[in-house]
Amino acid sequence: MTGAVGRVGAILMRHVYLWRGSWTRLFDLVYWPLLQVMVWGFMTEFLAGKSSWVAQAGGVFIGAVLLWDVLVRGQFGMTLSMLEEMWSRNFANLFVSPLRPWEFATALMCLSIARSLIGVIPAALLAIPLFGYSIFGLGLPLLAFWTLLLVFGWGVGLALCGLLVRFGLAAESYAWASIFVLAPFSGVYYPISTLPAWLQPFAWSLPTTYIFEGMRAVMIGGALDWRMLVGALLLDLVYVALGYAVFLWAFRRARERGTLLASGE
Amino acid sequence: MAGPERAQYNAAMSKPIIEVRDLRKSFAGAIAVDGISFVAARGAITGLLGGNGAGKTTTIGMLLGLILPSSGSIAVMGEDMVRHRHRVLPRMNFSSPYVDFPARLSVRETLEVFGRLYGVRDRAARIARLAGDLHLRRFLEQRAGSLSAGQKTRLALAKALINTPELLLLDEPTASLDPDTGDWIRAYLEAYRRETGATILLASHNMAEVERLCDEVLMMRAGRIVDRGTPDALRARFGRDNMEQVFLDIARAGEATP
Repeated sequence: MTGAVGRVGAILMRHVYLWRGSWTRLFDLVYWPLLQVMVWGFMTEFLAGKSSWVAQAGGVFIGAVLLWDVLVRGQFGMTLSMLEEMWSRNFANLFVSPLRPWEFATALMCLSIARSLIGVIPAALLAIPLFGYSIFGLGLPLLAFWTLLLVFGWGVGLALCGLLVRFGLAAESYAWASIFVLAPFSGVYYPISTLPAWLQPFAWSLPTTYIFEGMRAVMIGGALDWRMLVGALLLDLVYVALGYAVFLWAFRRARERGTLLASGE
Repeated sequence: MAGPERAQYNAAMSKPIIEVRDLRKSFAGAIAVDGISFVAARGAITGLLGGNGAGKTTTIGMLLGLILPSSGSIAVMGEDMVRHRHRVLPRMNFSSPYVDFPARLSVRETLEVFGRLYGVRDRAARIARLAGDLHLRRFLEQRAGSLSAGQKTRLALAKALINTPELLLLDEPTASLDPDTGDWIRAYLEAYRRETGATILLASHNMAEVERLCDEVLMMRAGRIVDRGTPDALRARFGRDNMEQVFLDIARAGEATP
């Protein structure tokens, strides 16, 4: 296997080798989603007896926390894979090889798919016996929500990888924390109409808003709102394009500033 | 090979493998490389010599396409390294003690990953050959992070040779090694050049290394090439017995200049 596919495969192999030799990294992938599902599952059980809305929309919080984790794992999948190269001071070795930036970005996207599946599926399975809720009951819309959240995670992840290339490990904390800034404006656990009117236009500029509103429409109304899916898809494309532009810009700036040779230090 | 193809091949082979013209690089106003020009002939070992901050590593970074020049041109194997570096990167490689490998990957896994990155076809055979040549066989399943300095240097060299490069760029290839391991690495590089006809450019502070390996030496100071020649010619010109004294003369001449 040669060419671009082989080089993307090389980066994937590097992380498979890493995961295979490090159970702590594998545990880290599933730990938070499991914990989140348990907290929100018990919260749902408590609130179901007190709120008719929660009783009617059984599992809406668990569904939301699982899908939110798809986004978080998707973004972490990109930035953590990038950080692994920086922590190990391997970055220059990669980029003096024939590996191109878009091939590296493609490998990061594949890794984010793997991380989201490894992280979220065990938590989703746990919710079935523990709380009698199966997110798989969403059916095909689940696949659409999952994909759209992952793609948005790639957009954010690419921009954050750009920051890491440009500023090195000084930007590490942004790689961990940035995605959570979006949670209050994405309507993860409540409808967007809850937000003050002046904040709502900003919320509707995020694909996550369309996805979580769409999820609630399926779970409460039993119908898929295609406008939500199309809105999320169009915004996803915009954010991925912006994220990739930031990544390429940062890569060029790092070549101008000579930081690729010293990244990680 | 047919007539026209043979002529094209001969023309390509007779061209210098590296052509650098009036190359400059400054970082936020500080000049790191200041208008250097040189060529490296195919099959030659060229040494970049200079004190700390002379511009050696920046020059190597630009030759690899990792650092963009402020001005000037770099052609490697006839390709412009600013615009078309990916055309020649599969035919070159690099090693530096300042770049590391993933600590948790074994030696075999590390070489497997880089073999794939460079599109090496028979990776298992190539890894076995390099492991034998570089005395890494018994460390193949050991994690890179647990290797000694000498073993790590041999791993770095194995990675740098995984694609049997025509051009090898080495930044201080024997830094922090004991004299025996350093001597062994130098002998291996000589043998590799002899067997493959590869071109090697190395940056070093080790004068004995430069004296032994290099066909031509470029003496750098404050981003400029201040002298050049074969080690014999430089020694004769400075009236010195060895390259260490030549190096000191050049470095101290720079200190005397306001």
